[in-house]
Amino acid sequence: MDDPLIIADREYTSRLITGTGGAANLSVLERALVASGTELTTVSLRRVDAQGGTGVLQVLARLGIDPLPNTAGCRTAAEAVLTARLAREALGTNWVKLEVIADDRTLLPDPVELLDAARTLVDDGFVVLPYTNDDPVLALRLEEAGCAAVMPLGSPIGTGLGIRNPHNIELIVARAGVPVILDAGIGTASDAALAMELGCAAVLLATAVTRAADPEKMATAMRSAVIAGRLARSAGRIPQRFWAQASSPPR
Amino acid sequence: MRITVNGDIRDVADGATVADVLTVLGLPTTGIAVALDGEVVPRAAHVATPVSAGAVLEVLTAVQGG
Repeated sequence: MDDPLIIADREYTSRLITGTGGAANLSVLERALVASGTELTTVSLRRVDAQGGTGVLQVLARLGIDPLPNTAGCRTAAEAVLTARLAREALGTNWVKLEVIADDRTLLPDPVELLDAARTLVDDGFVVLPYTNDDPVLALRLEEAGCAAVMPLGSPIGTGLGIRNPHNIELIVARAGVPVILDAGIGTASDAALAMELGCAAVLLATAVTRAADPEKMATAMRSAVIAGRLARSAGRIPQRFWAQASSPPR
Repeated sequence: MRITVNGDIRDVADGATVADVLTVLGLPTTGIAVALDGEVVPRAAHVATPVSAGAVLEVLTAVQGG
């Protein structure tokens, strides 16, 4: 099936984007990444220490997976812009998963700072993939600002609560001219399949795999779920009915 | 002179450049990015960029996350 995910100037076969956070160690992470079939994976930027290596980048390079630096932990547009510029310097990529969060308890995006940072980074030549609220209006604003995709949350980061407002996701998909990537809140395979059935172009998840009891197995499940959801979306599901409709002939 | 590197106070020679600081402190020179007083210093400029007393240097790299 030739149905690539196209973001900006890149084309991916896999519609599952993963994160690297939360894995017990690099070998667990590597097995999960391979099982997921992902081709694009987030990394964070943190202070280096004298003994610290860049092990995660070596793993990604070995597997042929593109790194997608994020601005996790940033609270203001200024912080996020600086982090993105540092990431571009460290990793040699102008792609960024833009995260500007409002507080530590909810980790919800701060829409005002997010939009501000997105505009600055687009002007600076970045391919901006913003992690956003499931707000159809904000999603449009981010697209108008020049973002290469919009990435609404299903529910707050790390909660595994799935997609709390499927209708909002459908609204975002219905009006978007850029790929919509469901980011955050995925708990299990059915959540990922639902995101794709709602019309998302891809799913981004981390915790659901890395903190699963068996990350490799869950990564395999997510890979299948995204494919199943995409197929179901394009297959044209039957309308929902109130009363039964026999599927066998009457006599 | 004293500067701050990743939150720690460090003593480095007067006239040291960004590249000197990375070497002296045993920090990697590839796969990293440096901000000097809140501005990115491109890799190609590490050798030519002097650090002044009281400067705040952040040296970052990619780690697992997101």
